[in-house]
Amino acid sequence: MNLQVLQQTALGVLILCSIWICCDALYEDQVGVWDWHQQYIGKVKHAVFQTQGSGRKRVIVGTEEDAIASLNLRTGEVYWRRVLGEGDSVNALDIINGKYVISLSKDGSNVRAWHLPDGALVWESLLLPSMGSVASLLVLPVDINNDRMNDMLIFSGSMLYALSCHDGGIIWKADLQALREDLVIKKVSLSSDGTLFGVGFSDVSGLVIVEIDLRFGHIRKINPVGISKALDTKELMLVNGVAVALDAAFTTVVTALIKTGGDVKIVETLLSDLVSAEVKSAQILSTTLEGAVAFQVNGKVVVVKVDSATGQLDVLEVFESSVVLSNSLNVVESKHATAIVEPTEDGGSIGKFSLRVVYANSWSVDAAKDSVSLESHRGLIRKVFLNAYLRTDRSYGFRALVVGEDDSLSLLQQGEVVWTREDGLASIIDTWTSELPLERDRHPVSEVEHDLADWLRGHWLKLKATLFLASAEELAAVQALRLHSSDKTKMARDHNGFRKLLIVLTKAGKVIALHTGDGRIVWSVLLPSLRAESGISKVPLKLMPWQVPHQHALDENPVVLVVGRSKGISDSTGILSWVDVYKGKELRSSKLNFPVKLMIPLPFTDTSEQRLHLFIDDKQKAHVFPATEESLSLFLKHKANVVYHIVDKEKGTIVGYTIKNMVDGITEGETDGHVFHTEPIWSVIFPSETEVISTVVTRRPDEAVHTQSKILGSRDVLYKYLNKNMIFVATVTPKAAQHIGSATPEEAGLVAYLIDTVTGRVLHRVSHPFMQGPVHAVFNENWVVYHYFNLKMYRYEMSVIEIYDQNRMGDKGVLQLMLGRHNASSPVSSYSIPSIEVKTQTYFFTFSVKAMTVTSTARGITGKHILVGTVNDQVLALDKRFFDPRRTVSPSQAEREEGIIPLTDAIPIFPQSYITHVHQVEGLRGILTVPARLESTSLVFTYGLDLFFTRTAPSRTYDSLTEDFSYALLLITIVALIIGIVVTWILSERKELGEKWK
Amino acid sequence: MGLRHVCKLTVFCAIVLAASAISAPKAASSYVVEGRVKVEGTTTKLPLSKTANIKVVLNGGEQLTFIRPDGYFAFQGVTAGTHLLEVVAMGYYFSPVRVDVSARLHGQVRAIAVETRRTLPDALVLEPLREEFYYERREPFSVVGLLKSPMGLMVGFMLVAVFLLPKLMDSIDPEEMKRVQEEMRNQPAPSFSNLLQGRST
Repeated sequence: MNLQVLQQTALGVLILCSIWICCDALYEDQVGVWDWHQQYIGKVKHAVFQTQGSGRKRVIVGTEEDAIASLNLRTGEVYWRRVLGEGDSVNALDIINGKYVISLSKDGSNVRAWHLPDGALVWESLLLPSMGSVASLLVLPVDINNDRMNDMLIFSGSMLYALSCHDGGIIWKADLQALREDLVIKKVSLSSDGTLFGVGFSDVSGLVIVEIDLRFGHIRKINPVGISKALDTKELMLVNGVAVALDAAFTTVVTALIKTGGDVKIVETLLSDLVSAEVKSAQILSTTLEGAVAFQVNGKVVVVKVDSATGQLDVLEVFESSVVLSNSLNVVESKHATAIVEPTEDGGSIGKFSLRVVYANSWSVDAAKDSVSLESHRGLIRKVFLNAYLRTDRSYGFRALVVGEDDSLSLLQQGEVVWTREDGLASIIDTWTSELPLERDRHPVSEVEHDLADWLRGHWLKLKATLFLASAEELAAVQALRLHSSDKTKMARDHNGFRKLLIVLTKAGKVIALHTGDGRIVWSVLLPSLRAESGISKVPLKLMPWQVPHQHALDENPVVLVVGRSKGISDSTGILSWVDVYKGKELRSSKLNFPVKLMIPLPFTDTSEQRLHLFIDDKQKAHVFPATEESLSLFLKHKANVVYHIVDKEKGTIVGYTIKNMVDGITEGETDGHVFHTEPIWSVIFPSETEVISTVVTRRPDEAVHTQSKILGSRDVLYKYLNKNMIFVATVTPKAAQHIGSATPEEAGLVAYLIDTVTGRVLHRVSHPFMQGPVHAVFNENWVVYHYFNLKMYRYEMSVIEIYDQNRMGDKGVLQLMLGRHNASSPVSSYSIPSIEVKTQTYFFTFSVKAMTVTSTARGITGKHILVGTVNDQVLALDKRFFDPRRTVSPSQAEREEGIIPLTDAIPIFPQSYITHVHQVEGLRGILTVPARLESTSLVFTYGLDLFFTRTAPSRTYDSLTEDFSYALLLITIVALIIGIVVTWILSERKELGEKWK
Repeated sequence: MGLRHVCKLTVFCAIVLAASAISAPKAASSYVVEGRVKVEGTTTKLPLSKTANIKVVLNGGEQLTFIRPDGYFAFQGVTAGTHLLEVVAMGYYFSPVRVDVSARLHGQVRAIAVETRRTLPDALVLEPLREEFYYERREPFSVVGLLKSPMGLMVGFMLVAVFLLPKLMDSIDPEEMKRVQEEMRNQPAPSFSNLLQGRST
């Protein structure tokens, strides 16, 4: 087709559509009325303070979520934040000249300088460090290239770079690999006479000391130090020109005194002598202390003083493993302070800690000592960063930034918590929503009266605003009323179902309940059963509704089940924890004796409304929970109908299983729960040379379908094929399984399957040559929409598949319907041979996609929007009508009547259909949609580093008045009409009387 | 650039792409793709600090970088072949760019905006396709707008019916009126049975 004609039609359609379908767009003054946006940064791993000078005091942090942020030290607010790309994790962070923030990331290959006040990128330098080694950053106290700015040194593996802090230019680089193959530089120090020492390991000779000329990067001397013992090459510390390392057998501490002449003196100290106990395990901690080294020996933390003249070691203090030490902070010339945080006697569980600050030269005397109490749900303290300030009496005070076990960040000063950030919310694993409790107590009368007065005043102001009579202050008052209406933040169920509790599970094993009205934290609990225990950390996996009481059960609270696993080397058994959703308390927990491979909520509940769950272990045995007699009898009743499938992406198989007989508890050693044998009944095997499973999508179990049929403009009926046991599987060729650019069009291909999970029958298969992943898909009712990349056109595409049931096409007669001989309401069976009709269509789409979902409403009557999390970290709402395979370039009159949009080659993107409007949900990972009780409305919760909540009405709010509906105007109109009627009546009476007198 | 800076109506961004091979022996086939996004003033209300968060994404998230204040950005370790570049900037709609890095020409780069299918010239100037306004604009209060609304039209029709129709009646000749009324009386009213039989008189 002529391109120009197509473009013109596209433009025409665009204009048309913008008139028809500017769905649900937001006005600027509606921002924040029902949506909220929260910014987080993630678990902090690096922190640098900027408290000198007259500027605002701030702290620069680098996090596990690859974010660099500048925080206000007084309030904890984010000044600016930059989220780096995937795999671009922050290795080191520093501030130079109070002007630039330097970040080192991606294993030392990216060095970036950010402008301290606003976070603009000043320069970026790309290095080629040795792969696989830890990269470090050292800001030098000298200016190498005379640009009036101190320079820095970056080293990783065998590469050393001197970089100009002014523009990131490489002053010199030294590749030590040419000199010694397997050299890994661990630490670099600058001696007082300007010589640079690099100390590292080499497999051949153990310790290697390299002397480098600072100005030009020439290697003056390379000095392998022969040591009789093999060394542990994990960590090495450099303390005042003394290198400290451990031997591989963890028995001896090796100290090497480096002198400028090139001599090295080796002192060996037995570790067992130091701690006067047998040593089972030992390692050097990476905390840098002035004149000392911290070891972890037998689970205890030992701080050892290093004598720089003789290399002798002295134990300064021995701590329990729960202690946290900060790096040494140079307060004044010779004073180096270290913060020590320990839980008090019975601490940890109740959140009481002691914070001590000591100077390196007088370790036994506390420079400051405070006891701090954190909320108990913060757990232990994992990291501490120390900062000093000058008090008015010229003495030094200290503040400490601490990272809690729940990934939160708090600032402590003088024994008080100044602020706390709940940054665990940046790493949400799973979410669920719960209804709020019913409102039990009626409000007292006085409150109602107060509300009434407020209500009237609010509407009066609103009326003035609509009639453009309101002053600026009144407008502000109206806006404030809308934003802070107590109606949306109440802790009780509302009629429309907008108020709910968002239950989220974070990476740290914390469960947090957020109120959908304003996003505040209602309660939070750090699950005791998911906390690390004797060195074994635990990983939370999933959140599942366990018990959802029906609407009128007032005394029952909903319960959520958290599934986790322990992260031992051999042991990865499952952990279950039950949490009360209203109280925010862990009710009970249970350690399973098997690893959980698959969790299946079954569609049955017992008499106490606990949902039955099936856990599949690694030996393909099925465990039924709750482990009660009642649930067993219930399960046995439905056993024959339970079929599940397991997707193995590595092997490229999907296997369906059925439940067999019960495992005999005594003979086979299974004791807890009801355990059943399973048996594979079908399998789909994809050829591994040509197909790799990319995406598997199922329908939502709680999806509401309003109608089974679709009535066309021509009065014909199409019956939807609504099979709950259907999955959508997309496979790609192995070469196309990586990112874009790795495969040529000829090597790439994508195949989409629709598979019945009861019988394993492939209902439909469609092949897309030249296409590649990543594939994002959404499966709803009888349609699938999926997103992938077209390598031929080099654009993203979205395809839709709609499935219709042909078996039912025949019976359309009115008589049959009247006589009840139709099968429109008979259930779909997987065992009957389906005769389905599949309609497909494909469109171009502009953006990369991070997440995709569909709106869901209470009864499924309302139209659907497909919510797409784009590469811009925004959420775009696309009307399902754009993904209708029956679209044609010029629809007939009947089709137009039906609401079919003329076909275009690309999906149009209207800026007003971004439901996140001006906000970005940085690091977007998932979108959750929940139906409100009001049919037209769906609640949308988007999470990534940020959280965003809003509600959306895909077909506008047809079932309620809009929020800005003016009741006052209605009242005034009615009153005016009544007055008008009365007046005209009186007038007409008078006139009639006058006529009669004539 | 201060806030009081007179914002130009056109926002133009230039992506200048050039590539050079890295002289490392082990990564001989990887190149550096350098480009430039130049933003000169905006008409949007977004604060200036927002431009600091403009990112450039390679291959749908394989690599990500930020633009410098002068608009430059660079990707390291890009293999020869075809790649996809996307600009992430709030308030602007950018077309993704297809970038061909040639191994034969030592990493020379050819770029095509995929949305417009326009090959970008050597000194590439890429304009964002449009600025984006995320909010619906409230129509200012106007009498014409009020009249055009369904309610306004109804009120208008009612006014016409109440005030103009009687005037119309007045203008009809009374004799004529009488005649018409007479005629109507003579005509029998259409009965239900007639209608049912489909007859008309």
